[in-house]
Amino acid sequence: MNRREFLTAVGAATVAAAVHPSPAFAAARGDYGNLLVLVELKGGNDGLNSVVPYADSAYYSLRPQLAIARDQVLQLDDKTGLHPALQALLPLWQNRELAVVRGIGYPDANLSHFRSIEIWDTASKSNEYLHDGWLARAFRHAPIPRPYAADGGVVGGAEMGPFAGSGTRAIALTDTEQFLRQAKLATPAGQAGNTALKHILGVEQDILRAAAKLNTDYVLHSEFPKSAFGNAVRTAAQVVASKAGIAALKVSLNGFDTHSNQQGTHARLLKDLAEGLAALRGALVELGRWDSTLIMTYAEFGRRPRQNRSGGTDHGSANAHFALGGRVRGGIYGLPPALDRLDGNGNLPFAVDFRDLYATALEKWWGVSSVHALGARFRPVDLLRA
Amino acid sequence: MTRKPWRLCLESLLAAVLFSAAPAWAAAVALGFDDARHLLNRTGFAAGIDEVNAFAQLTREQAVGRLLSEAGKPAIMPPPDWVADRMVPPRELRAMSDEQRKAERDLLSRRGLELREWWLQEMLTTSSSLTEKMTLFWHNHFVSSQQKVRYPQLMYRQNALLRHHALGNFGDLLHAVAKDPAMVIYLDSASNRKAQPNENFAREVMELFTLGEGHYTERAVKEAARAFTGWSMDPARGEFLFRRFQHDDGVKTVLGRSGNFDGDAVLDILLAQPQTAEFIVAKLWREFVSPVPDPQEVKRVAGVFRDSRYELRPALRALLTSDAFYAPQNRAALIKSPVELVVGTLRQFGFTTGALTPLVFTTARLGQNIFSPPNVKGWLGGEAWINSTTLLARKQFIGRVFRADEMQPVPAAMAGAGGGLKGAGGLGSDARQRLLQGMADLHFDGDKWLFQFINTEADGVRRLLLASAPVNPLQPGMQGMALIRHLTQDPAYQLK
Repeated sequence: MNRREFLTAVGAATVAAAVHPSPAFAAARGDYGNLLVLVELKGGNDGLNSVVPYADSAYYSLRPQLAIARDQVLQLDDKTGLHPALQALLPLWQNRELAVVRGIGYPDANLSHFRSIEIWDTASKSNEYLHDGWLARAFRHAPIPRPYAADGGVVGGAEMGPFAGSGTRAIALTDTEQFLRQAKLATPAGQAGNTALKHILGVEQDILRAAAKLNTDYVLHSEFPKSAFGNAVRTAAQVVASKAGIAALKVSLNGFDTHSNQQGTHARLLKDLAEGLAALRGALVELGRWDSTLIMTYAEFGRRPRQNRSGGTDHGSANAHFALGGRVRGGIYGLPPALDRLDGNGNLPFAVDFRDLYATALEKWWGVSSVHALGARFRPVDLLRA
Repeated sequence: MTRKPWRLCLESLLAAVLFSAAPAWAAAVALGFDDARHLLNRTGFAAGIDEVNAFAQLTREQAVGRLLSEAGKPAIMPPPDWVADRMVPPRELRAMSDEQRKAERDLLSRRGLELREWWLQEMLTTSSSLTEKMTLFWHNHFVSSQQKVRYPQLMYRQNALLRHHALGNFGDLLHAVAKDPAMVIYLDSASNRKAQPNENFAREVMELFTLGEGHYTERAVKEAARAFTGWSMDPARGEFLFRRFQHDDGVKTVLGRSGNFDGDAVLDILLAQPQTAEFIVAKLWREFVSPVPDPQEVKRVAGVFRDSRYELRPALRALLTSDAFYAPQNRAALIKSPVELVVGTLRQFGFTTGALTPLVFTTARLGQNIFSPPNVKGWLGGEAWINSTTLLARKQFIGRVFRADEMQPVPAAMAGAGGGLKGAGGLGSDARQRLLQGMADLHFDGDKWLFQFINTEADGVRRLLLASAPVNPLQPGMQGMALIRHLTQDPAYQLK
């Protein structure tokens, strides 16, 4: 199917769904008591230095200065280890709550930050341009229960990413208290004279609905790192604590575009990430939500295996990511990086399509069909316990 | 024929009403306040009271005639002083040291910011808002983005080109923009070679620039791509370059016509399709009239457009003097874009401004980072402008500019790295300072502004600020800043 046929097919399906709410759609009610937390590593995290193939000599010859020394690596098995700055994730690994998925990517990888994150957010093919985020499409076909405060929330950013699209009740907030304060700017809806006004009033309703359910009543005992990412996960935990009802949250950590002098920056970012995630785990355990939460990291791309001449790495393709949660089946998934089979740009072949991970969340975590959101069938990765 | 005279009379009257676009009575009657406001706010940014009053005295024809005759002039604001600077070609960039490369990257983002400030300043200052609206319209039609083009010099040149043709001839514009260096980079024409055609430009020129989806075949794309082979640019001078030896001189068949076409010949074939005129007019309709074009009216205006060989002024005149444009159901039917909201508010209330850095970040945060549309389709616009984040951010911005005492500190979301301004990289201390100072320098003289309404009071303010009745009714006796805040926070303020 080419780009045009695909767009037409998606359009037709949307129209068909709107006109004939078939029983299949009506029955597609997901288990949205399970929470999905997406963590975007903006700029493109260096997966190869996060999940280190420390037994592969090619890794050390491609990265003479940047490679993590064998004796520094936090060993997961006899071939693979974590960057030492990810120390805070080690207890999760030992608890078998941390899955490491290697070789995630897609065919015809695009190396532009902007375009590639759009591909990830909309779950499109490399040459397709879709408007709506993959979660927006998923929620359209398997709606979130109405009493929920919102379908999804973006913490600490204004880009709706996977939630983008009309019909999604998604809110963005940096801080719960601030959101509740700002929400006073929204007013109870009056009469809409035309579709434009109707849309605006609908959005005001979403804000008010979220604001009515969110609260800061529960005071978390868990400690959070004093960093932007620490604040973001604190806000995410606060949203969960208010028992407002929300299906998915997105937080992000900035600064992974490490073209030069990567070493110190990357270590700092990974420490931030690991400590933030460990703190989020602590808070979710405190709230009794750890077993009903799935956390997944993602980024527009990985980085090129061969270090550049600036002590950094350029845009790559296939990448390693993490999934964690009380019901995650800890272990290593995907395939090790094929450093002997780099493409013309010097980038890695991929082994796991990123939409396989999306299918995992949709089908295995929420129990909803993934084909509407992803446009085709993908194979869920078996990383969840029943 | 044995018709009774009265019946004949009725029929001709009916015919006049049904078949004439602008009935005789409308042409002779002055617009009045509400119609003048409607015309000015759709063709420009939110107009001030004096301008609306002046236009209220004119007939439709006179008013539209004045707007069209004043439009299409070069920018008033001098361009940033680097627009003619030499561009560092990629090859040279690769050979640089880390420090040099970083300095070059910082320079590009600083200039990108200055370029945005320059355009916003022009929008705030211009006496022809229609020129700016049409330049924005073409920026969102012939999309190129600094994200990919990289060189702000080329983005500036493209803006000057769009501005030059903004109300001129669409055919000339299409031919010129196809050879515009920023476009050549943006749609990969530079890598469209005889041995390995790149279809990007050929596809988009049909899908997005002329015909629209469903009006061409995949074969036409492939054949047209061959005709455009060899259209490239000189990276050192940043100018269009025809690479003869990369050009496929063979016979191509495009939309039923065959010949050894070059790129210009293909563009002429696209312009010869009646669908092109309808496609552009429908887009103009969505920009100026309502979200859903009326097919009959689009056909009528497209006829005018084609008859004038794609001159834009006759088409706009036909659109802006039509009854449909002034129809009650099309009032307040469009959502203001971020640029319209921000620039419109500052113009309408006569704000004095300093550095426009905060406005660049605000419009970007609201979803419209000028010079960087999200992808080749441009900004979707309409309802897509408004989600929970952008709506609260709109209200927050509007609220803040009317509360001078609360203008600092700028919230972290705005001052933070990039502030939604993708590709600008981290914000240097210099830009951060300009951001803070720019916010502090935004000033509104409430007393002076409100004095204009000394005789009309609340209702006069309401009729100027809102395109429809407020959703939240005015409280009796509401006045002064409380009145302004109430009306600008009303959902109807988001409409035009």
